Amino acid sequence: MDGSLATPAPVRDDALLRATRRRRLASRLLAHAALLLGVAIVAFPIWMTLVGSTHDAGTIGRGDVPLLPGSHAAENYATAWNEGGGRTRTTPASVMLWNSLLMAVLIAVGKITISILSAYAVVFFRFPGRMIAFWAIFITLMLPVEVRIIPTFQVIVDLNLGNSWTGLVVPLIASATATLLFRQFFLTIPDEFVEAAKMDGAGPLRFLRDVVLPLSLTNIAALFVILFIYGWNQYLWPLLIINDRSMETIVVGLSKMIGRGDSQNDWNTIMATAVLALLPPVLVVALMQRWFVRGLTETEK
Amino acid sequence: MATLSLHGVRKSFNNTAVLHGIDLEVADGELVVIVGASGCGKSTLLRIVAGLETPSDGQVVINGRDVTGLEPADRDIAMVFQNYALYPHMSVFGNMAYGLKIRGLPRAEIDRRVRDAAGILGIEPLLDRKPKQLSGGQRQRVAMGRAIVREPALFLFDEPLSNLDAKLRVQMRAEIRRLQRRLGVTSLFVTHDQVEAMTLGDRLVVMNAGRPAQVAPPMEIFARPADTYVAGFIGSPSMNFIPAALDQGNASARLADGTLVPFPEGHRPGSAGQPITLGVRPEHLLPGEGEGEGAIPLAVELIEPLGSETVVHGRAPGGLAITARLPGTFSGSVLPVRLPGAHLHVFDAETGRRLDP
Repeated sequence: MDGSLATPAPVRDDALLRATRRRRLASRLLAHAALLLGVAIVAFPIWMTLVGSTHDAGTIGRGDVPLLPGSHAAENYATAWNEGGGRTRTTPASVMLWNSLLMAVLIAVGKITISILSAYAVVFFRFPGRMIAFWAIFITLMLPVEVRIIPTFQVIVDLNLGNSWTGLVVPLIASATATLLFRQFFLTIPDEFVEAAKMDGAGPLRFLRDVVLPLSLTNIAALFVILFIYGWNQYLWPLLIINDRSMETIVVGLSKMIGRGDSQNDWNTIMATAVLALLPPVLVVALMQRWFVRGLTETEK
Repeated sequence: MATLSLHGVRKSFNNTAVLHGIDLEVADGELVVIVGASGCGKSTLLRIVAGLETPSDGQVVINGRDVTGLEPADRDIAMVFQNYALYPHMSVFGNMAYGLKIRGLPRAEIDRRVRDAAGILGIEPLLDRKPKQLSGGQRQRVAMGRAIVREPALFLFDEPLSNLDAKLRVQMRAEIRRLQRRLGVTSLFVTHDQVEAMTLGDRLVVMNAGRPAQVAPPMEIFARPADTYVAGFIGSPSMNFIPAALDQGNASARLADGTLVPFPEGHRPGSAGQPITLGVRPEHLLPGEGEGEGAIPLAVELIEPLGSETVVHGRAPGGLAITARLPGTFSGSVLPVRLPGAHLHVFDAETGRRLDP
């Protein structure tokens, strides 16, 4: 303390310090408790499914609900994969997974293609009826698919497209949401890029390919994830339009496995199939997430 | 070897006239700067020359060829944008080569041109970088490089320096000037910055409300501004304007308080008693010693020391704001100034046009 008469030693308020620490700890505990509860609520059914897929049919059939994994995982998954489950011995999961994958990819790619083209037209071109076209697209947002499902079904059947990939995918491809999202993104592309491209002599399609698409990659990736899952989860439309067992998608097939009334269900196989149905979307999210984060860091400022 | 001629170029947006008939001849290798406040139509004019905007009337002629109806890419021009407009996903090389690639030049030729331009601009080490990895000055150079590789007949610059900080702006200004001289490419440069205009241009077009107020070399514009708008726009701080009237057979100006200021070289055109506006640049005001004949005692309101000189904002007894620029430093509350007969600009009070020949 010698030499520094003007500055007294700082006073430490230990009581206040302890109270602050206590408060911080309490709030952290509370936050964790809330999060753990949330995770438990979300994760528990999935855990049940996972566990259920590892027991034999009898265990679940007796009404026991095991909480720990059993020892029949390999055979359950093999049955689901190769033969299909349920009393009716439906289409094997391998076929249904492939069908779902094809449908989801076709829908996602189709939606992205169509909406990029229409958003590109609406944003970068001045033509009569431009805003009418835009609003016409926008208004379809208000209509849920279910509303137009009867007329759409009629049209597809009249065109003899029932039980076909075209009939399954095409009616689901138009997307107001994606068009809207791409429009919003395209509006953020500076006019100077358009003008620079004009100076460089790039025509509209070149500009789309060389400038707009590369700049949109991250948006495309993000949208692909969303639309893939949308496609994967399609239920009502495939249920209506597909009667051919070999074209059944896994979401529809899964629900068909569960027999109604007093029939005995092969819950173990059903749950194994459910787990299999879960994997592709999870995989897509995991892979694409990494991919579009990389895209973000490369093209963003 | 390229010239640019504009004949009666007009532009209206929804019945609002933005350009009222521009005629301009740009000689081969000349750098003409279009300068004016925002909204004066200078950018619109440049965009019409570029082909990004269609004129409502008039012609754009490059090298004797009427290009009015042609696409930008077919006009043999290159443009440097305000925000550079570098494609963010392409490397520097890709940005510079893009236009050439579309034109279908052989790869070896593209490579040669890009490397030549990069050499001129000193950006060879940056060719593989993306625009976001560059500093403002480097991006500016790349934007110039993109223009150079096209080997155009005409360079168009749309306020290319406005996104740079002050120091870099001065540096790039000199660089653009040197480069333009070296390449000898006819150029049109748009800016709102009068210092940029004065230092860069062989000739200036001072735009006011869609009309060229004066077209002349920089020093002529500074020495003999055509009207009060040009006089007030060029020069910093702005010229002082003092209302007065012609007197003594038009050989003097009579100020509001009756002071007579004789014109040294004699008579000015106009009629006796005609109201005029006297223009005096702040640096031409003579700081008076005491209360001499014709001295205006300025009540000092603000003093801006700039180091080698001092700008004094004050008010004349009539309430008129007057700015003086003095060498050295100044302090005090009253600054008596006298009007220098030799450096007076005389404008018609009504039309604002310059009165002397």
